[in-house]
Amino acid sequence: MSLEQRKAKKAQKMKKRFIFRSIILIVMLAAIVYALVANFNKDKSIYRAGDVAPDFKLEQINSHNELESIQLSDLKGKGVMLNFWATYCKPCEAEMPFMEKLYPEYKEKGIEIVAVNLDVNTLVVDRFIDKYDLTFPILPDHKEQVMDLYKVGQLPSTFFIDESGVIVDKVDGALTLENLEKQFQKILPKK
Amino acid sequence: MDKIKCDCGHVNPEGTVLCEACGKPIEGNQHIDGNDHKKLLNMRYEGSARRSKTYTNSIVDKIWSFFSSVKVGVWLIVIALIASALGTIYPQAQYIPPEAISRDPAVYYEATYGLTGKIYYQLGFHELYSSWWYMILLALIGVSLVICSLDRYIPLRRALKKQKPKRHETFIKRQRFFSETDDVTKEEIKRVKENLKQQRYQISEENGHVLAEKGRFSRWGPYVNHIGLIIILIAALLRQTPLLFLDEYVWVREGEQTVIPGTDGEYYIENKKFILETYSEEDGEIYKKALEKQEEMVPKNFQTNAVIYKKKGEAVVGAEPELEVVKETEIRMNEPAKIGNGFTLYQAGYQLNEFHTMSFKVHRTDDKNQEALATFTVNMNDPESIYEFDDGLKVKIDQYYPEYELDNGEPRSVSKFPRNPAFVFLIYPPNETKPEVSFVGIGKNIDPTNENEYKLGIVDFDMRNVSGLTVRKDYTLPVFIVGALIFMIGVIQGMYWQHRRIWIHPKGKGVLLAAHTNKNWHALKQNIEKALANTSLNIVEDQQELDNDVSKQGGES
Repeated sequence: MSLEQRKAKKAQKMKKRFIFRSIILIVMLAAIVYALVANFNKDKSIYRAGDVAPDFKLEQINSHNELESIQLSDLKGKGVMLNFWATYCKPCEAEMPFMEKLYPEYKEKGIEIVAVNLDVNTLVVDRFIDKYDLTFPILPDHKEQVMDLYKVGQLPSTFFIDESGVIVDKVDGALTLENLEKQFQKILPKK
Repeated sequence: MDKIKCDCGHVNPEGTVLCEACGKPIEGNQHIDGNDHKKLLNMRYEGSARRSKTYTNSIVDKIWSFFSSVKVGVWLIVIALIASALGTIYPQAQYIPPEAISRDPAVYYEATYGLTGKIYYQLGFHELYSSWWYMILLALIGVSLVICSLDRYIPLRRALKKQKPKRHETFIKRQRFFSETDDVTKEEIKRVKENLKQQRYQISEENGHVLAEKGRFSRWGPYVNHIGLIIILIAALLRQTPLLFLDEYVWVREGEQTVIPGTDGEYYIENKKFILETYSEEDGEIYKKALEKQEEMVPKNFQTNAVIYKKKGEAVVGAEPELEVVKETEIRMNEPAKIGNGFTLYQAGYQLNEFHTMSFKVHRTDDKNQEALATFTVNMNDPESIYEFDDGLKVKIDQYYPEYELDNGEPRSVSKFPRNPAFVFLIYPPNETKPEVSFVGIGKNIDPTNENEYKLGIVDFDMRNVSGLTVRKDYTLPVFIVGALIFMIGVIQGMYWQHRRIWIHPKGKGVLLAAHTNKNWHALKQNIEKALANTSLNIVEDQQELDNDVSKQGGES
């Protein structure tokens, strides 16, 4: 074997090795990217800020409110506070008076509160409404369909949705009056 | 320059420690396996060229040689280990308790654990196991596994394929098992070969040099094992997609219908009945003794009689969906129900004796016989506000606590489930507008004024059970099984077989004898003793005692 041949053989071998290694690295890189993207998308199945809020329709049971049922998509053009709550949940109880306090003022300004209730019976809800004189719409989700849709775990959980139906923020746990007002400012429809 | 030609004429790749063909130590490379200060040769990977230090001119080669280092692999594992441990110091974000001051991680950690909690949150440890860097760390371990394996398997296979029966004298002399015999006849060598053949050694020869070898395939054990691990990693990767894997849980009360989570609102389940059967005397004598030892009831069957529905057509979530029955089924423990679209329902939990309905009667407080003036039944999940009776008596439910508890002197409910119901009733006597207040619960009947003319009593109640079902879709399990199986094959391959080699090296009138195995040296010695029986060849001696440092070296990995 001459030196030339040997060099050519070596060059070919190195090329083969390079291709082999490149292919394996690319395949593994692709797998890692896939894993990360899949993981990222998994989080996305939970709706969070920036996502379009999925639509739903529920009956309204608060007798102090004139609406009979609410479909979220009908509220386009308004800022929406979508609150998940139950009467037995203490932090929910804590934030309800704040919501009621701000409701009349911000309703004028184009914000609607949609409080999805997760109790089983309406009697306790009615009593609760009377206790705090709530006037915003209360929607019972007896089959927990909307809760499942929004992947709500523990209560309370609140989504702030802007006039175009996009979630601006999600708050887990109770809101203070101050925080609530700040959130309302963020979803105030522009005129 | 790049390749090393050995005295025997074989051309070795650069980085080779022991000539692939004859085993002669290659000068200048002995430090790689630490042979330079030892009598015995390190036989790991046959002294083949690894880590390919010469081909690091391109970025691909640089990445490759980085990951091909076992040291890097071990460090990655150590880092992952430390990181995983750190994640357990405080609860992960998903486990923040519902009664926490705030479930917002930004607030919770600092408020609960102070400064360390704040640092914990700021470093992102509250979501450690799903953080991108943790996932990348695990992925890098996978990459290291693949490249380390390839970078060892290929040269090792090459070295074992290229090996020649004729070995260099130095190689022979520096083996752990070695003996030298001065005068040996051809007959004797022939007999040794026969004996080795009988012990199922494969004999190859070259100019009187003999190599007897068996169990080479056990050397591939670790690599087969790694292939299994990689398949398991791939399966874990596939689990990330909800298309292939889903795991949810649903509680269904008897007589209720609910959406099955994870099915995107496609499927609904109705619980017709939950059955818990226990062993009793009727089950026969054979259980008697065992049951006597048990103080509590021994469950025999957990079962949910369920109806599965599928949504027909498109409907807005929340609006009453149009449903069609998919199947009526009995879900028992270990007998799950397949409901379609890859979903399976498993009996996984239960809650007994939730109150369903309760019947009350109204009687006069001073009536010794407690004769009922009126009776009514309250549905715990849908109580009516007012119960009116013929004589003008009215009972109003003022407050209802499904799971009653006193909280700082104030009655409240801790859940929506009627596990311990209690009521505040307002009783309006006929033609009265001022009601009497009465508090009735389980084992409680309180008249706050002590002046009530009417009293309420519980006459009857009806309980119902709740069934807990796991909803699962898992297409990745077969991949896990294949990976685990291959892993196990690799373990067995490497564990129960050993790669044994015996070299006979003629020298003058006599022979040098050397032997090597990757484990179980004792058995190898027995093989040799059996082969050398009735010959003048000297039994090999274990040279390790002369070279204690070698014993610290581990096996291949």
